[in-house]
Amino acid sequence: MLDPTKSPGAFDTAPDRSQTLLPLELRRLTYEASGKRVIDDLDLKLAEPGITAIMGPNGAGKSVLLRLMHGLITPASGEILWAGRRMDRALALRQAMVFQKPVLLRRSVAANIWHALGLRGIDRSKRAIRVDDALRLAGLEDLAAMPARVLSGGEQQRLSLARALSLEPEILLLDEPTASVDPASTLAIEQLLIESRHSGIKIIIVTHDIGQARRLAQDVVFLHHGQVIEHEPAKHFFTEPRSEAARSFLAGDLVL
Amino acid sequence: MFDRRTVLAFVFGTAMVVTAPFTLQADDKFIVVQSTTSTQNSGLFDHILPVFTKKTGIDVRVVAVGTGQALKNAENGDGDVVLVHSKPDEDKFVADGWGVKRHSVMYNDFVIVGPAADPAKIAGTKNVADAMKKIAEAETPFASRGDDSGTHKQEMRLWQDAGIDPKPSSGQWYLETGSGMGATLNTAMGRKAYTLTDRGTWLSFAKKDDFKILVEGDPKLFNQYGVILVNPAKHKRVKAKEGQAFIDWLISREGQAAIASYKIDGEQLFFPNAGPQS
Amino acid sequence: MTDFIEAFHTALRLIATLDPDLLGIVLLSLRVSLTAVAIASLIGFPLGAALAVYRFPGRGTLSAIVNALMGLPPVVAGLFIYLLLSNTGPLGVLQLLYTPTAMIIAQVVIVIPIVGALTRQACEDLLEEYDEQLRSLGASPTAIAFTLLWDGRYRLLTAVLAGFGRAIAEVGAVMIVGGNIDHVTRTMTTAIALETSKGNITLALALGIVLLVIAFAVNAALMGVRRFALRFAYA
Repeated sequence: MLDPTKSPGAFDTAPDRSQTLLPLELRRLTYEASGKRVIDDLDLKLAEPGITAIMGPNGAGKSVLLRLMHGLITPASGEILWAGRRMDRALALRQAMVFQKPVLLRRSVAANIWHALGLRGIDRSKRAIRVDDALRLAGLEDLAAMPARVLSGGEQQRLSLARALSLEPEILLLDEPTASVDPASTLAIEQLLIESRHSGIKIIIVTHDIGQARRLAQDVVFLHHGQVIEHEPAKHFFTEPRSEAARSFLAGDLVL
Repeated sequence: MFDRRTVLAFVFGTAMVVTAPFTLQADDKFIVVQSTTSTQNSGLFDHILPVFTKKTGIDVRVVAVGTGQALKNAENGDGDVVLVHSKPDEDKFVADGWGVKRHSVMYNDFVIVGPAADPAKIAGTKNVADAMKKIAEAETPFASRGDDSGTHKQEMRLWQDAGIDPKPSSGQWYLETGSGMGATLNTAMGRKAYTLTDRGTWLSFAKKDDFKILVEGDPKLFNQYGVILVNPAKHKRVKAKEGQAFIDWLISREGQAAIASYKIDGEQLFFPNAGPQS
Repeated sequence: MTDFIEAFHTALRLIATLDPDLLGIVLLSLRVSLTAVAIASLIGFPLGAALAVYRFPGRGTLSAIVNALMGLPPVVAGLFIYLLLSNTGPLGVLQLLYTPTAMIIAQVVIVIPIVGALTRQACEDLLEEYDEQLRSLGASPTAIAFTLLWDGRYRLLTAVLAGFGRAIAEVGAVMIVGGNIDHVTRTMTTAIALETSKGNITLALALGIVLLVIAFAVNAALMGVRRFALRFAYA
């Protein structure tokens, strides 16, 4: 459990702290939208720490799956269990999510982080330090007073990530975070993710960028038509994918 | 620029500023007098009320509407005193128990004004009924108050005397404005129409264009004003003491003198006539 | 025509010398409308945010009603308040008829729907963008409402300006509930009506000029706020 009094300084999330929330188990999960089964009787178990990449062709259900894990939407049927606990609001508060398009408030860069901390109920006296640390981590200290929304796309996404990290989550979920971001910021973000992983945060990232998955992931989940087709250690997936669909995907073909 | 603290301070400051004056007004003594637009427009109140207020410290707030509406408002209790000019209606008001007692205050007269061109040729007619007949026969425009005011009631009595019913011609040569005296005068001048007006309003009206008084002096144009205290037995919240003080002053020698002293261009508008009996 | 030009000059002189009658009327108008807008905003902001954020039965109907009331004719609002405050009405005991307070009440009734509906629209637009992120951060509906209100502050400011513009310019409500009493409830609009009916064009013109300047200033402020907000992507 997060103990705010324990670390007055940087967020030094204890190694393997996230083990209290793992394994994540999804059992017979279904989700429908506009009459279509987007998630179709899906089973998955994530037990290992590190970075898990969720990949698959467009429309496979990756974003929906992430939102189900975070509790933003509820499944039509099935179970979502974190360390045996049913998904609920308290569990969601131990996670943080970064969306594909950075959602920043109409305030300054620093105020965005400050406000998020306030929403999470972090004590005022602790907020200043966390804001400073987050800005430093994201390389945005010089832009602290700027209106957040005039920043470039890459800077905005770095801010989104820094904001998420300032909450000291045990689980970090990212939905194609660098899809529209310039290479320099992409690099900065990926380095930040690697550092976070080392400090014990479990990271689940949806990405269609095969190179990025290769750079970051410990294991890969391959989704197709709302079902888990493959789940294995990253190097196995990239060198010897088991399914036809995964092979086509990695070859760059359209997977129908 | 708009950080939270500044905004809150600004809002709070504005709130203090805008509410302060209202808290100061709460203790002033005042009465509400329901009166007529003709009396208001003539400027009489601006002249005599300050004298009363200086003497008694009671502020007089005049709501100027038509006689009919003034009496109706008083029936609702939305006033302490009525000062209007339609004796039959005033007597009924008292007889029905809404008012305590009617006192005569002052009189002036009505006149018919119209364009200098005078299409119906009524200028100088001594008998007002004849003038009305001429207007109706020539079907020249006539602007009526049409608002149940003292002036309007007088106008209807004059038509009746002349044996004419102008209502069927409403919208043609007979124009019912439903407005106060000033607005009706404006309309009359805009449409080059004749109209019946009290002399007070006419004399103090600023924009006379080429209009002039064409008919005057007929005893039937006599215009009597009366003042009545709203019956506190019917409405507990009527300020009977202050209201009576105002009435007493109006009919006193001082009040009557104040009324008589109101002149425009040397001409007296209202003639005090509060006798020993009403 | 020369009459008009002469009146115009005299009007300008009244303004330039801060004629006390003119000043009194202008200040009363400002006090009444500013107070009404302040109160209406205190009610309209949370109303609009609540309509955007909370889900409850009848929400759609209430939104539609608030929207429709934006078109409430001021004179009708005045009539309604008059019936309430008259001595024979339910609130007659308060003795508020023919006072500035009654005028404020009437204008509050007119402005609340304007501020409320525009606030709701602003919050809904923001919510479309923010909803998932705010819920991800763990915000309760109330926390979301406050976040939206502050983030939408520039749009809220334009809503307030719109409400003020409507209040300062209306004549029907203040005439009926105020009674146009000299030095007590006579505002710019009711004074213009009265002075015109007395043929006293000079004072009417002077008041008209002041009112026009205020209306233009409000409009300019509205444009200025929008431009400022866009520049910092606060719009």
